[in-house]
Amino acid sequence: MSLATELHTAEPLLEVDNLQVKFATPDGFVTAVNNLNFALAQGETLGIVGESGSGKSQTAFALMGLLANNGIIEGEARFEGRNILSLNEKAMNRIRSKDIAMIFQDPMTSLNPYMKVGKQLMEVLMLHKGMSKADAFEASVHMLDAVKMPEARKRMNMYPHEFSGGMRQRVMIAMALLCQPKLLIADEPTTALDVTVQAQILTLLNELKDDFNTSIIMITHDLGVVAGLCDKVLVMYAGRTMEYGSAEDVFYRPTHPYTQGLLNAIPRLDNEGSVLATIPGNPPNLLNLPSGCPFEARCEFAKERCVNIAPSLETFASGQMSACHKTTEGWA
Amino acid sequence: MTIEHTVAEQNNNVLMTVKDLKVHFNIKSDNAWPWEKGQALKAVDGVNLTIYEGETLGVVGESGCGKSTLARALLRLVPITEGNVVWLGQDLTGLDKKQMRDKRQELQMIFQDPLASLDPRMTVGDIIAEPLKTFKPELSKEDVKNEVRQIMNRVGLLPNVINRYPHEFSGGQCQRIGIARALILKPKLIVCDEPVSALDVSIQAQVVNLLKELQEEMNLSLVFIAHDLSVVKHISDRVLVMYLGNPVELASKKSLYDNPQHPYTKALMSAVPVPDPKIERGKTIQLLAGDLPSPINPPSGCVFRTRCPHANETCSTEKPLLSAFSDVHQVACSRLADIK
Repeated sequence: MSLATELHTAEPLLEVDNLQVKFATPDGFVTAVNNLNFALAQGETLGIVGESGSGKSQTAFALMGLLANNGIIEGEARFEGRNILSLNEKAMNRIRSKDIAMIFQDPMTSLNPYMKVGKQLMEVLMLHKGMSKADAFEASVHMLDAVKMPEARKRMNMYPHEFSGGMRQRVMIAMALLCQPKLLIADEPTTALDVTVQAQILTLLNELKDDFNTSIIMITHDLGVVAGLCDKVLVMYAGRTMEYGSAEDVFYRPTHPYTQGLLNAIPRLDNEGSVLATIPGNPPNLLNLPSGCPFEARCEFAKERCVNIAPSLETFASGQMSACHKTTEGWA
Repeated sequence: MTIEHTVAEQNNNVLMTVKDLKVHFNIKSDNAWPWEKGQALKAVDGVNLTIYEGETLGVVGESGCGKSTLARALLRLVPITEGNVVWLGQDLTGLDKKQMRDKRQELQMIFQDPLASLDPRMTVGDIIAEPLKTFKPELSKEDVKNEVRQIMNRVGLLPNVINRYPHEFSGGQCQRIGIARALILKPKLIVCDEPVSALDVSIQAQVVNLLKELQEEMNLSLVFIAHDLSVVKHISDRVLVMYLGNPVELASKKSLYDNPQHPYTKALMSAVPVPDPKIERGKTIQLLAGDLPSPINPPSGCVFRTRCPHANETCSTEKPLLSAFSDVHQVACSRLADIK
């Protein structure tokens, strides 16, 4: 798959339009995701990057229909032309795992501790594909082999606590891939893992992308992970899109002050720097978002405009998008 | 190989020497009989270190490598099985509780979980003042308050938050409270156990910079424990790499990152993702086969041999110790000459 320089691909697999996620809390509405737009073609990988509370995980939960009970969704998400946000539970269940699968952040808690790993895997196939027990067993072993699980057959009979963290994440990935979904949503799949294990998992995801032509939405806070895997990058802050573009554009030509700040704040293995550039202050409270740009209070370029008017997401010639008055109006 | 010395090595003021430190935990299975003996979990198995005045020693390794246990052992927060920790000429391992308590004024710690390491029922002011009240009871209330205000100001906490409780703060601010608490007694050495790993990137940079500034101002020595090689590279003068309770490489930062020698260090470094699409896609990652062995029953000889691409029979019989590769670089690998 060539790197997508065009952000709006001809036939998108998934199109998200004005997605908004709100939670009703005793203190009022919390807007976790605000006006999110993106499109993803078959075989493409999108990285959604942001710090804690930026709404990246809630985006994934909203797409999978897994929001908490007090969550309210607005907007559309068309998967192969069909709006999956308005589907009822039964119809959604048919799509989950078969068309869209998800890998969760914590491999320790997302497997059922009372069930053997094999049974958890077979269940997916028997339910979605109507396979017999024996066929499901063989297919599961095959999939565990595919994610490079040593002694896959023996491990089918083991419980999750007998696996290490990296192994459990492999089980999660195998489970997600059993029905060969068209879209895989990975919510911080390597955050709980060590770097060497993370490298194993990322290599695996890269191979799967090539072998099955699966589209991946990679949700992470680690820009390094995004750099190796993703064609497109969407940077979120306080529930809004700050910047959206091809990986090359976002990493080498970031236009938004937040993206720039984020890239400078990372200590890197490949260079020497005595003082890290910092972004002063803290992210805003989602209960009480400023009316203007959410990043205004921490932005060194902020002017009066930024306090009052929230910048809209503007597209530039390269297809890169940025929500910043400074970038759009070309302030010095 | 160019010979370089860190500032700390030049002035050569040794604060702490660690000799052949071992921390073994006695583990009993849940269904063991009371008379059955447990097995030894070798969390730290033979570490030798020197910590100089004003330097930062980084300790890196993956989960289960014993880096946190090492940190705790330096302050005697876990029982030491064997070996010595010598602090300014005095062996800490022989001290009784009261003597050790006095020493703790000079040795402080910053913990990983910023919120969990603060008492939820104490105000920020009380938390930061507690070490002063314990060790300097002669100070008047007014003096304590002044010192607390001063240190809060130094770590970037506004004075009006002095009466608030930890839950009202974000992770980064809680970590600042933890730093203020560690600094108020003006210690000589602070052991930081993963101080920034729970923080977001933008906040992490603030805390790392703060630690660096404070170190220069107060001539502090830091032992900086982290799993993130990039952060350690940024803050450290020397770096110790650990694997399964054993030191595998100890070198000056420059020498280690420019020229890693041990196969484990090499694999570890190649696995760290770099935020640059071209470099990240172009690089070859040395994937390690398999999983970390159990520290209850570690491999004989070199503990890394089960996952090492270069292991041979010698590795299973001889346990390699840290030996000098250059003036500023020590490696524990018996096959170093063969694996160029």
